[in-house]
Amino acid sequence: MDLKEKRILVSLISSVLIMLIYCIYVYYRFIDGNPSLMNDMRFLGKAFLIMIPVAIGAQIIIQIVLAIAFKMAGHDEIDPIDDERDKLIELKSIKISHYIFILGFMLAMGCLAMGMHTRVMIFVLIASGFVASVVNEVLRLWYYRKGV
Amino acid sequence: MGKAIISNNIRRLRFFASEMTQQDLADKTGVSRQTIVAIENGKYFPTLELAFRIALVFQVPLNEVFSFELAPEMEKKSREK
Repeated sequence: MDLKEKRILVSLISSVLIMLIYCIYVYYRFIDGNPSLMNDMRFLGKAFLIMIPVAIGAQIIIQIVLAIAFKMAGHDEIDPIDDERDKLIELKSIKISHYIFILGFMLAMGCLAMGMHTRVMIFVLIASGFVASVVNEVLRLWYYRKGV
Repeated sequence: MGKAIISNNIRRLRFFASEMTQQDLADKTGVSRQTIVAIENGKYFPTLELAFRIALVFQVPLNEVFSFELAPEMEKKSREK
């Protein structure tokens, strides 16, 4: 497994962990004592809006720590260049993850059309974004290992 | 369109070019070593530009680096046409 694959794997695991930890934190910190918050759209909006910079910040910190760990382990290629193969892999994986997000968006709109609560729509939308991002990382890893 | 078989002689050409390393070839063509490894193993087919760059490094025509063949059933079909 080369450095790029290791980075993708770390990014995949960390994004799943960050999402999981953040959801658990929000649940036990706010929702557990006050379940009516689940119907408060303002609260849900704030919770997911705050999650974006938290996730980005955590990812940056993890990547920096990883780069330092690679350097300490004596790897030469700390920052391997992005060439045509990397761009092709990125394009292919992003294309499929976009399809997944569009599918999730349609599902979310379907929930609204069927008269479900708005919170269901929000959860489906967030879940589809998360699944699309995970699929993107998994596909990138798969393309690197199996070939394009 | 059916399957095509694209093979390459990069490993052999590297050997005859004073046992050039994959990293040397990667540096000379402006790609990562992993891309050269993927090309050699047939896991990635380079763009025309990169293919020409590789040929230029070895100072040989493109068809000495890469060879193209149609899969047997495709070859039969194209002959019938």
